[in-house]
Amino acid sequence: MGAGADRRIVVVGNGMVGHRFVELAATMPGLAVTVFGEEPRAAYDRVHLSDYFADAGVADLALPPPPAGAAVHVGERVTGIDRAARVVRTDRDREVSYGALVLATGSYPFVPPIDGHDLPHCHVYRTIEDLDGIRASGAGAAVGVVVGGGLLGLEAANALRNMGLDTHVVEFAPALMGTQLDDGGAAMLRGMIEDLGVSVHTGRNTLRIAPGDATRYRMEFADGGALETDLVVFSAGIRPRDELARDCGLAVGARGGIVIDGSCRTSDPNVFAIGECALHDDRIFGLVGPGYEMAKVAAGVLSGREGVAFKGADMSTKLKLLGVDVGSVGDAHCRTRGASTYTYIDERERVYKRIVVNRTGKKLLGAVLVGDTADYGMLLQTMLNELPLPKHPDALILPQRDGGGMPAGAVAGLPDSAQICSCHDVSRGAVVAAVSEGATTLGAIRECTRASTGCGGCAPLVTQLLNAELEERGIEVDTDLCEHFPHTRQELYHLVRVERITSFEELIGRHGRGRGCDICKPAAASILAACWNDHVLEDSHAPLQDTNDHFLANMQKNGTYSIVPRVPAGEITPDKLIALGQVAKKYDLYTKITGGQRIDLFGAQVHELPLIWRELIDAGFETGHAYGKAVRTVKSCVGSTWCRYGVLDSVGMAIAIENRYKGLRAPHKLKFAVSGCTRECAEAQSKDVGVIATEIGWNLYVCGNGGMRPRHADLFATGLDDETLIRFIDRFLMFYIRTADRLQRTSVWMEHLEGGLDYLKSVIVDDSLGVVADLEAEMEHVVGTYECEWKSTIEDAEKLKRFRTFVNSDQGDDSLVFVRERGQRRPALASETASEVA
Amino acid sequence: MSAPAWTTVCELDALVPDVGVRALLADTQVAVFRLSPGDDIFAIDAFDPFSKAPVLSRGIVGDLEGQLVVASPIYKQHFNLRTGQCLEDDAVAVRAFPTRVVDGQVQVGC
Repeated sequence: MGAGADRRIVVVGNGMVGHRFVELAATMPGLAVTVFGEEPRAAYDRVHLSDYFADAGVADLALPPPPAGAAVHVGERVTGIDRAARVVRTDRDREVSYGALVLATGSYPFVPPIDGHDLPHCHVYRTIEDLDGIRASGAGAAVGVVVGGGLLGLEAANALRNMGLDTHVVEFAPALMGTQLDDGGAAMLRGMIEDLGVSVHTGRNTLRIAPGDATRYRMEFADGGALETDLVVFSAGIRPRDELARDCGLAVGARGGIVIDGSCRTSDPNVFAIGECALHDDRIFGLVGPGYEMAKVAAGVLSGREGVAFKGADMSTKLKLLGVDVGSVGDAHCRTRGASTYTYIDERERVYKRIVVNRTGKKLLGAVLVGDTADYGMLLQTMLNELPLPKHPDALILPQRDGGGMPAGAVAGLPDSAQICSCHDVSRGAVVAAVSEGATTLGAIRECTRASTGCGGCAPLVTQLLNAELEERGIEVDTDLCEHFPHTRQELYHLVRVERITSFEELIGRHGRGRGCDICKPAAASILAACWNDHVLEDSHAPLQDTNDHFLANMQKNGTYSIVPRVPAGEITPDKLIALGQVAKKYDLYTKITGGQRIDLFGAQVHELPLIWRELIDAGFETGHAYGKAVRTVKSCVGSTWCRYGVLDSVGMAIAIENRYKGLRAPHKLKFAVSGCTRECAEAQSKDVGVIATEIGWNLYVCGNGGMRPRHADLFATGLDDETLIRFIDRFLMFYIRTADRLQRTSVWMEHLEGGLDYLKSVIVDDSLGVVADLEAEMEHVVGTYECEWKSTIEDAEKLKRFRTFVNSDQGDDSLVFVRERGQRRPALASETASEVA
Repeated sequence: MSAPAWTTVCELDALVPDVGVRALLADTQVAVFRLSPGDDIFAIDAFDPFSKAPVLSRGIVGDLEGQLVVASPIYKQHFNLRTGQCLEDDAVAVRAFPTRVVDGQVQVGC
């Protein structure tokens, strides 16, 4: 638009791409933006629509609100465009003039015109309303069918499966995901999906949907076969919403789509089209990434910026379908002339990898990955940046049992514009700039560029680049624990083990300097305890410990302590519950149930701790280690013992796990949970170690976290028996204790672990480092030497000496001020203390 | 300044090296530390000005940048054991008290 032109922009369509355009355009000076969306709600994240079925609400899917200044009309459909008058009309008889019009009308699901396609309980899968409809149809249903075995169809199948329906996928083509996968990859995917109990019917042409016998309907196929079902979801591809464009005479493609040029202009220079309704170079782009790119281009053109253009987009994609990792890069079907392929198939582990290389074997053209997409980021960048391939290109997909893979130097050869993280569009240049500004760890790079915080696939690439840049700058990364030790926690751990060091004096004498501090002393105490399981109250350890470890209780804000007895798995007898209540009452302790299914007693002074514990131990309690960087709780649901859905005895397993690892010291606290079925009531997937019962055994999840930085745990192994489960947990915990940094939770440890989950599996399951026997022996030692610290403390007159509030008085601290609230006492606020004193 | 009034708080042998204790004086509470090696005794106000709780005897002792310090167990600020000065905030200091050992008895002056 030239100067003085009409700066009013009308956007038709309030989907993800329209919304992105509004975000960009509304912040540009002088542009007035009006948006019409036919859906009855603000723009939302359609890509994660399936989450709505899992656990997300409408609010979780919501996109950020549009910028102030943009006028957004939801539930109002544009019904006509008068290009000559530059006016749009809506179904509320509103007429709005525009200087420029942006069509972001998206697409609609194609429903094959078969008999019965419009019956009740026949749905499509595109909007929140569609999902509500599917959910309603699912009530009382037993069988569900998805017509269409593409990407979205398999997402829909997952949703039906999660609703507990017997799920079928019916595909017209001979294979699943024909757009993204070759036949071999599709076959692998099919096998994996069928193992999950989803029936796949390929090469089936549905003729009609007729009334069923046992179910609502019967689908009848051209080959004479039939399938009984209660509901049908059509997901047979998308078609561009171009009817408004057609009606007003804009150029559209032969098979639909509004024709645009590189500036996203249609055949009318005042009208733009972006997203799935637009046809660029005879292609429709049905992914959100290219749509966003078009939004950026259109907003740039409208604000008068030069040289922005849409040049088409790479349609490579990586996703998880029904829990199966699937990746497709570039020319996945090997359609380029002269191209040839390399294929790796592991039928036991269910991995399929294929790469397509050019005639000379020097360039990567495409790839298909099923079952393992760890190489996706590397392959994509190799293709996009035309990196030279190794001499034997199959090295790219063969398992890297001894290093190998992409030569480390390759990343250095990338141009600065090369995209490293495709999720957040982070270039090599941006990562390099972050390093220049002082980011020297993967974590720091993640924080300032967001690189590898999406799918995480580029983490190895980012790490490589980071290391290359640091090396180039001669930067030595300061990983010293503190000013007293020029070592990391991991190094200290090894020194302690290898040199059999048993005291802090010995450690700092040999490997450190000075007296130590509140950083290195507790770290050393934790290492010594983890290695030798010495009683934490040994006098030589006493000066090393936080007050919590020193007094075996948790200091609260007023200097008093709280007490948490162990209640394994949250199972407690009425007698023990009564005993807890009596002790709490006697010592006037504020009492609260914790999130870890136990009971916290607050407000004890140091001299009261042994008195309280004497009574608790007499009642059969043990310490809960709530004060330590140690195993805390194993949360459980009630499991198969009582629950109608329970598959295995989750309480029994949780008790066994808690009793096995209680007292284990670690770089940070450890939380566990065991769920008795996949309903996951114990929330095991937010724990360091999560165990979920299935029909075929235990599924083990690791490195989850709740709290400030939630992280969904990674599925580590499936279908384990009791013994294997414990063995894997033994190894996992010891490997974490050996290698993690001070105060590093398992979630962060995992994110910094080079090679990630696959590497961890290789160490723990395949014993790639040859350490498994050591890890198990160390754990056995710790388990075998466990003792309740409170029990041994109250039996030892010498140790009891430290439990004095004042060294020169037997009294408690009567200067503490409490206030009673809801029947219990709590520390007085500063304001309350003042009035008390006055 | 007049000579301090000395209060005996405990026997020297009752103090575990590098582990603080809290002692009650006439009108205040002090944190008393015996540092190893040697028998140097330090005393500062037990009251932590950041958390407003009497907790400084229960911090970890050590050295930072050459100064003997105790770290508050609540919010982790460090206080110089000789002077009471807070290392993180120049404007904050707690009171430091003179100490001595007489006939195996630890005394704090006030």
